[in-house]
Amino acid sequence: MTQSTAGGQRAAAAPDPSAYLEIDGLWKAFGDFLALRDVSLQVNQGEFICFLGPSGCGKTTLLRAIAGLDPQTRGTIRQGGQDISTLPASARDYGIVFQSYALFPNLTIEKNIAFGLENIGRPRAEIRARVAELLELVGLPDQAGKYPAQLSGGQQQRVALARAIAISPGLLLLDEPLSALDAKVRVFLRHEIKELQRKLGVTTIMVTHDQEEALSMADRIVVMNQGVIEQVGTPTQVYRHPASLFVADFIGETNKIETTFSAGKVKIGKTSIATSATGFSRGASVVAVIRPEDVVPHSAGRKPARSAGANLIEVEIESMEFLGSYWRAHLAGKALAGTELIANFSMNAVRRLSLAEGKTMTVELPAERVLVFNADGGGDGR
Amino acid sequence: MAGNQAVLPAGRAPRLQLDRDALTKRGLMVVIAVYLVAALALPLYAMLSKSFTTYSFDLARYEFQVSDETGGNWSDPVSAKALNDKLNAVAPADLATISDGRLPATSFFPDFSFRSPVKYRIRGVGPTAPYLVGLELFNSNEWKELSGNDFRRVMLRPVQSRSLANYVTYFSTPALFRSIENSLFIATVSTILTVILAFGFAYAVNRSCMPFKPVFRLIAMMPILVPSLLPGIALIYMFGNQGYMKELLLGESIYGPLGIVIGSVFFTFPHALIIISTALSISDQRHYEAAESLRASAWRTFWTVTIPGARYGLISAAFVTFTLVITDFGLPKVIGGQYNVLAVDIYKQVIGQQNFEMGAVVSVVLLIPAVVAFIVDRIVQKKQVALLSARSVPYQPRPDRRFDGFCLVWCGVVAFFIVGVIGTCQFAALAKFWPYDLSMSLNNYAFDRMDGGGWEAYRNSIRLGLLTAVIGTAIIFTGAYMVEKIDGFKTGRGLFQLLAMLPMAVPGLVLGLAYIFFFNNPANPLHFIYGTMTILVICTITHFYTVGHLTALTALKQIDQEFEPVAASLRTPFHRLFARVTVPVCMPAILDISIYMFVNAMTTVSAVVFIYSTKTNLASVAVLNMDDAGDIAPAAAMGMMIFYTNAIARIVHAALSRGVLARTQAWRKR
Ligand SMILES: Nc1ncnc2c1ncn2[C@@H]1O[C@H](COP(=O)(O)OP(=O)(O)O)[C@@H](O)[C@H]1O
Ligand SMILES: [Mg+2]
Repeated sequence: MTQSTAGGQRAAAAPDPSAYLEIDGLWKAFGDFLALRDVSLQVNQGEFICFLGPSGCGKTTLLRAIAGLDPQTRGTIRQGGQDISTLPASARDYGIVFQSYALFPNLTIEKNIAFGLENIGRPRAEIRARVAELLELVGLPDQAGKYPAQLSGGQQQRVALARAIAISPGLLLLDEPLSALDAKVRVFLRHEIKELQRKLGVTTIMVTHDQEEALSMADRIVVMNQGVIEQVGTPTQVYRHPASLFVADFIGETNKIETTFSAGKVKIGKTSIATSATGFSRGASVVAVIRPEDVVPHSAGRKPARSAGANLIEVEIESMEFLGSYWRAHLAGKALAGTELIANFSMNAVRRLSLAEGKTMTVELPAERVLVFNADGGGDGR
Repeated sequence: MAGNQAVLPAGRAPRLQLDRDALTKRGLMVVIAVYLVAALALPLYAMLSKSFTTYSFDLARYEFQVSDETGGNWSDPVSAKALNDKLNAVAPADLATISDGRLPATSFFPDFSFRSPVKYRIRGVGPTAPYLVGLELFNSNEWKELSGNDFRRVMLRPVQSRSLANYVTYFSTPALFRSIENSLFIATVSTILTVILAFGFAYAVNRSCMPFKPVFRLIAMMPILVPSLLPGIALIYMFGNQGYMKELLLGESIYGPLGIVIGSVFFTFPHALIIISTALSISDQRHYEAAESLRASAWRTFWTVTIPGARYGLISAAFVTFTLVITDFGLPKVIGGQYNVLAVDIYKQVIGQQNFEMGAVVSVVLLIPAVVAFIVDRIVQKKQVALLSARSVPYQPRPDRRFDGFCLVWCGVVAFFIVGVIGTCQFAALAKFWPYDLSMSLNNYAFDRMDGGGWEAYRNSIRLGLLTAVIGTAIIFTGAYMVEKIDGFKTGRGLFQLLAMLPMAVPGLVLGLAYIFFFNNPANPLHFIYGTMTILVICTITHFYTVGHLTALTALKQIDQEFEPVAASLRTPFHRLFARVTVPVCMPAILDISIYMFVNAMTTVSAVVFIYSTKTNLASVAVLNMDDAGDIAPAAAMGMMIFYTNAIARIVHAALSRGVLARTQAWRKR
């Protein structure tokens, strides 16, 4: 997480006018159905971008438009300063890994990786050396003579990756490259791919519907929903400052509380809670969102301070689950008036405050961590 | 943050520039489509228009003048029609004629004498009014003056017109249209028998624990390897005038419906069996377990589980069998006797009476049931495929002595019949002089001493088989690849699909006749292939195109759809991918298409009987012609040569497939 934050800060700067890949006003229609609606995006040289969104939101469609496999209905795409909107796939500069890997089953691993190189007409010895180098790079140095079916899913995935980067493309496209693998291998390969991308410095776009994957790998995340980009930002930005209720909801866990807004405050149960939100009219219906880990535990009986923003609520612990590295508590109580809050407490806090089921305690909802969105799902009022 | 407007802005969708690959693919597809148009659509069109073509003398188009004895003093112009109305010289029915008809002009001048000094003038009225003077053709509105001696040689020529007259003639001639009834009768009876026999056989092989299953499977496929005339010849030896089992018929004649039906069951049996077997083998064990747990009786289970599960297979098998029988020509030709059926009528009209227009009419009539059966079969096949893709647990039979015994008897009888037919042919081919001298000799194999083309015909058949297998497979597989793997170009692909499916609906005889009309037209730039091996290869490839195309499509659909995008991203042209990956991965299907083309090229009679020439005699046609000439034993011998050749080809195919699998498909094994 810290790595990608560091990487993200670099990329979070205003988009470079000389961005490597520029997508401008892209639409895609399948008959009457609009799979992409006015999508614009800039990707910088060397960046690792994730398209993140629920299944069917248009991620693959956008990727295929960039690849020239399924051309857009409107809009332009520029890569490396050149307009590639109407170039066929074979004239564009990218390597691609599909979900199925699409390895040639009748060719050995070596021949698979060499497939693109042979066409350029390099000398055989050079191809061989390059293949060996690539196999080393993806950690399969001794599998050259095997057939794809003889490898595990994770190994096949790495062969597909090696084949895609063999011709040193300017852009690497990955469509859900990890989704067919089991959980352990997946976590391991996240690391590998990220490492590889950093080593090569190749601009990369990865499609995924797995928020953890996106958060841990991407320099910037493009959150999509129903053919529209909801937000573009670093992992920390989209996590801490989601641009819409959809983003807040889709990434990470949330407590969502439907309520009304008045003078910078929202009501949660019987308690008025200060927020840093502005720009909502008085009495507007809003949704207040707070993440479980942002709920700060205090010992019972701590008096709500008079000062605005202290946001202390007296609650009762209904139940607690131990989730390995932290506790999840379901909170209720008179002050909440039927609303249930979920909170994540560290083991440390649980021990220190001797929290247990049935006990009462005080929680603090820090004003700057309470997010407020229009009830109809629109952007927040910041 | 992002634009939320939900309306596509005005403008046009950008189109990707076509790269070399896209152009090559489209080009190749268009080339193969043009091939199909030239080899299928245009000939069929030529045939269709031929069936509407009639020839008749149009008397209103000619005018005459007659001089007096001095050669001057011309009479007023009078039309031939006016003269005929007055004289009734030519009956209206006799005005209809064939394309080569001639009508003497003197018919309208009863007191004509070529010695008299009276002179005659003739002219046409309107744009076409052809007439001959001797051998010279005129077609003019100018008066032409002729002496009596020359006028004697004036012949009116018919004009061509389009009408339904041929059809009217057909349906008002009982001798012709009765064949429809006969054909439908034969096809229906044969279909019912074949489907019942094949269903029992398939059921026994799939659902019992009887012994010798592999042997039965092998025997059941034997009829595919021989021309459809062969069972006819065997039946002659069994039940003909000197047949060794003649008494079994109790005086009935084998020549006629009986022979056609028995022979049809023989040659359609494997086709029905393959379809029904597939349907039965995909049925689900779980249904049977459910039925058993409900304590349904075996009989009830059969009717409520087995039959519904196999119903698409049964329907499909019935339509395929029906089409095969109704379009088959060789068998009724050999054993049909006086019993007329549509396919033989076409042959008789064309070869016997040279009435090509009527041949075309019968062809169109024959096309109707074939097309209907084809459409129904396509619909049913789609549903069957849907069933296939559902995951099911294959049925595991359990031993049951009575049931297994019954199955053994059923299959034994069928197998005995098949082996009996082929064995009879082989025996007759080797016997010195059936039935008087049954000692063995190879006399009947001295084909060069008989009509029919001799050993040359056999060699031609092998050449045809190999050429069809190699070229046909290349064309079919390439075409299927293009239509499956091209991006966009939707209309073009749809059209191509239609063209590729069409041959299945066209009976071989109809295709052959269509080839005469199309390629034997001197105005056709492709006329030069008429009478060559080329036209035989083209005709055979086209005739058997659809099954190969479907086989190739199935194989292509099974390979990963992302190979082409990957190759494009690696900037590798598609032909490299095609050669290095697609073809090797599809090699089993490619070999299947080849053997199918070879075997069918060896056995087909109907598609080629109209277009072979003395230089391109074929073995299967030789069987027909030798039988026609009364050389039945040599015909049987030639038929057996085809059988052995095909059997060897199958063995080679099996060995090749295994070799290819071992070599190029090592990846299939983990
Ligand atoms: N070829 C197509 N024809 C019609 N609809 C399509 C086609 N491809 C994708 N779609 C639709 O477009 C939407 C986006 O699809 P896709 O980009 O594949 O989603 P995902 O985000 O899961 O990758 C889906 O609703 C899908 O049904
Ligand atoms: Mg997708």
